Amino acid sequence: MSANWSDPRPLSPFTSVWRWHVTMVTSILHRASGVALYGGVFVIVAWLAAAAEGPKTYMKLMSVMGSIPGRALLFAFTLALSFHLLNGVRYLMWGKGVGYDKETADRTAWVVLVLSVLLTLAIWATAYWGLNLLSVGG
Amino acid sequence: MVQLTLPKNSTIKKGKHWPAPKGADPKNVRAFRIYRYDPDSGKNPRWDTFDLDTSQFGPMALHAVIYIKDNVDASLTFRRSCREGVCGSCSMNIDGRNTIACTKPLDEIKSKVVNISPLPHMAVIKDLVPDLNNFYAQHAAMQPYLKTTTAAPDKEWKQSIEDREKLDGLYECILCASCSTACPSYWWNGDKYLGPAALLQAYRWLIDSRDEATGERLDELEDPFRLYRCHTIMNCTQVCPKGLNPAKAIGEIKKMLAERAG
Repeated sequence: MSANWSDPRPLSPFTSVWRWHVTMVTSILHRASGVALYGGVFVIVAWLAAAAEGPKTYMKLMSVMGSIPGRALLFAFTLALSFHLLNGVRYLMWGKGVGYDKETADRTAWVVLVLSVLLTLAIWATAYWGLNLLSVGG
Repeated sequence: MVQLTLPKNSTIKKGKHWPAPKGADPKNVRAFRIYRYDPDSGKNPRWDTFDLDTSQFGPMALHAVIYIKDNVDASLTFRRSCREGVCGSCSMNIDGRNTIACTKPLDEIKSKVVNISPLPHMAVIKDLVPDLNNFYAQHAAMQPYLKTTTAAPDKEWKQSIEDREKLDGLYECILCASCSTACPSYWWNGDKYLGPAALLQAYRWLIDSRDEATGERLDELEDPFRLYRCHTIMNCTQVCPKGLNPAKAIGEIKKMLAERAG
């Protein structure tokens, strides 16, 4: 509504005064990570397309994705994926009518925030030391 | 795209500073930063700061604003009536969260300065008084009364103790609008999305065992905006001064619709 506020009376402050709850943080992050994942799909498509194109293109893409900015992007993508996945479980529970009370919602929000970081680190640790996946171009 | 900042006529300027009364013990002085808007001035709203001697009034936020009105600036405008959490009139944003001023203890507020502004993202009539017409219209649209088709019984419509208990946590709403005006979905789609208060009310009638209009009521709600703009942000439940859970009620309505669809 504020985008085309035509009322002669002022609009009361909202984002500028609001003190956030953790559940509001996870809600916004869910939307943001969803958008990020949408963008991330293009990276996956590029990866598949490069693989189909042949070894030269594939190596080129791998060296781009293996560079520091490339890895940062992939790390952010993993973080978005982990968060969206884990927070999705909360939405699943809510769909069943479970986990709505304030204390539970706060607790599950914090759990998801911490777990998504841990999951991301675990995936990257596995990629580096377990599978040696990122050795190409690195 | 939603706008995150205030429109031009709504940006808040620096206002007046009202110093603490002479002789006040500095230990008791606390600053209250209060949103002011005077419709007759033609000017933008402003933040006024009142340094108050907190030993001069009671423990709640409402005591502070009443003290200002009585002793510092009689033009300060706000709604209040029962002063005990029953009427829902004195709802406002205190310390960044919506609540009713009469049950908000000042010593619960951690920040040094106590910030008070009107309920968020509403048209301001004056100072802390927002226009709640749309909010009330949405409540009325929920037809908050028993709807039946069968012949009325000789005495009252009977309800078992178990069925009556289903209304606990729903009937206690005092229509203060703290929840709806806490909701980002309501901020940006308040004209189309019903908001937590109206939806809690809708659910109160949906699960009333005596009500016979469940199908019709659900039809009215099955809409991408009216109901499904709720994304379980939970601000409503977080702020409700009566400890009710509109987010859960909305979840239950979504469940009812899913079950009806089969």
